Amino acid sequence: MDQNSLHRVGNKALGIVHGIGLFLAMLVICLPGIWIVLSSLRPTVEIMAKPPVWIPRDLSLDAYIAMFSGVGQGGIPVLDYFRNSLIVSVTSTVIAIVIGMAGGYAFARYRFRAKSAMFLGLMLTRTVPGIALSLPLFFVFARLGIIDTHFGLILVYVALNVPFTVWLIDGFFRQVPKDLAEAAQIDGCTRWQAFWQVEFPLAGPGIASAGIFAFLTSWNEFALASQLTRSINSKTLPVGLLDYTAEFTIDWRGMCALAVVMIIPALTLTFIVQKHLVGGLTSGAVKG
Amino acid sequence: MATVSLKKLTKSYGPVAVVHGIDLEVADREFIALVGPSGCGKSTTLRMIAGLEAISDGIIEIGGRMVNDLPPRSRNISMVFQSYALYPHMTVRENLGFSLKIAGAAKEEMDRRVAEASGILGLDQLLDRRPSQLSGGQRQRVAMGRAIVRDPDVFLFDEPLSNLDAKLRTQMRTEIKKLHAKVRSTVIYVTHDQVEAMTLADRIVIMRDGFIEQVGTPDEVFRRPQTRFVAGFIGSPPMNLHEAVVDDGQLLFASGERLPLPSQFKANVGTGDKVVFGLRPDDIYPTGHGISSGEDVDVHQVELPVTVTEPLGNETLVFAEFNGSDWVSRMLNPKPLKAGDRVKMSLDLSQAHLFSAETGKTLRG
Repeated sequence: MDQNSLHRVGNKALGIVHGIGLFLAMLVICLPGIWIVLSSLRPTVEIMAKPPVWIPRDLSLDAYIAMFSGVGQGGIPVLDYFRNSLIVSVTSTVIAIVIGMAGGYAFARYRFRAKSAMFLGLMLTRTVPGIALSLPLFFVFARLGIIDTHFGLILVYVALNVPFTVWLIDGFFRQVPKDLAEAAQIDGCTRWQAFWQVEFPLAGPGIASAGIFAFLTSWNEFALASQLTRSINSKTLPVGLLDYTAEFTIDWRGMCALAVVMIIPALTLTFIVQKHLVGGLTSGAVKG
Repeated sequence: MATVSLKKLTKSYGPVAVVHGIDLEVADREFIALVGPSGCGKSTTLRMIAGLEAISDGIIEIGGRMVNDLPPRSRNISMVFQSYALYPHMTVRENLGFSLKIAGAAKEEMDRRVAEASGILGLDQLLDRRPSQLSGGQRQRVAMGRAIVRDPDVFLFDEPLSNLDAKLRTQMRTEIKKLHAKVRSTVIYVTHDQVEAMTLADRIVIMRDGFIEQVGTPDEVFRRPQTRFVAGFIGSPPMNLHEAVVDDGQLLFASGERLPLPSQFKANVGTGDKVVFGLRPDDIYPTGHGISSGEDVDVHQVELPVTVTEPLGNETLVFAEFNGSDWVSRMLNPKPLKAGDRVKMSLDLSQAHLFSAETGKTLRG
């Protein structure tokens, strides 16, 4: 075989190995999700079977029907949980983004004293595991009387998300050349107009991705929410999963069904927003 | 259209002053180039005129109106940035019309002025493209178009050509000159490239370390440099500059070699004065191969060894050794020469410059 055909065969073999590798990676990523969806449709016997039953024999929507059929018939207040989750996640995301934009812009554009110390300080807050905060938070919130309220949870999630959004948005504003805002000011904009007309649209995709992160963090958070919520007044969907655990049994099928209900909005939102996350939007602004 | 005047303009960052109280009067419709090496304060000066940089002290007037504390938008200026600074999320048309949109102009007015500017700069075919789809030269033109559309009192250019390749730079230089001929407005143009400054400007301001070294027409700064720095900065290849001591009507160089003291300086120096002798490459040439001599020339002949030659086609730069270092000379109508040849050189001392070695100021009376 000459060298050319040797390389051709080599390239082909490499392509196949790539394909297999990618398939395995995708399998690892997707299998839990698929398993949750499948489990929500199968009877408990099949879920718990050993050895596992790979191909489902008996699919039904019983778990979903039960979930919505009200307390006493195996149902849980899923709509209340959904409403709580939505209110808490959306509000805390919006606030975190607003603060993140202001903070990120300041860090990206202005010079001020103790800037790097402050930035580092923000990052350090992320080193504390959330669960370690749950007990102190519980005491403080109990004293303040904001246990089991939307306000309490929103406060926690804003605090949780702000360092991250500041950090992320700072990076995106840094990528927008300073010249652009200056050019806009010369073109007649106020500082404020220059921001909204030029810098904001260019950092927009970055801000949107920071928003998704913040939303997903709040939407999926369990550890703190499980401590700080009590009733349908404020319980979120992840905490709602616990409703399927009784003293001696766990209703895996129901739990999986609720998990699916939880995943769908998050997935939809991510899908909608990711279309706008077009990278490289700033290319062509300046030479390079 | 407007005059610009800088009075004792100062900029400091904390204790560090970068512009030291400069004074400059720019006439209406004048093309002024601020030129100097990096860090000389030229860009800072321009940004202060634009209002992008707060001034520490002094006064800036545009059209007779003090603008010290006015934001950029109230100064009726426009600026072309080195990086072009086009808005990447807008088409060329939107980029051009942005200032009018902000000002709330009517659609017809906007279309008319965008069409006018794109006509001047040949951008008609590109109006619906985005900056990322344009070449460097086209982006440069859009940046200029955006400046024209505003119909400003003063155009500010901040090294607009330094991101272009050599050929395009020459081409755009000509376009800027044509543009100024058409638009006839006051222009302040910052560059580190003395050729750009010489070719474009009505007057050149040479800056160094936050001070103005000299202001003058291209001809003045080339022929009558006021300081040693200006002499070395303007002109390519640069002027030959060498220290010497005046000794009994002659210039004594460190190597012991001597040249006659050019007659135009005789009245201003005396024996023992330390000076810097300067001669442009054009005024030193292999005998018979230089710029044809006029009436009042003062040519001194000296035989020197050639070290390197750089043929450029119509002329050859000859490096010849004198006073222990290479002196550049310009040989027109070149003859073949090689390293080591001893050549009779003509030094036109009537064109020589003499600066004080201490102050660097010219010793011309």
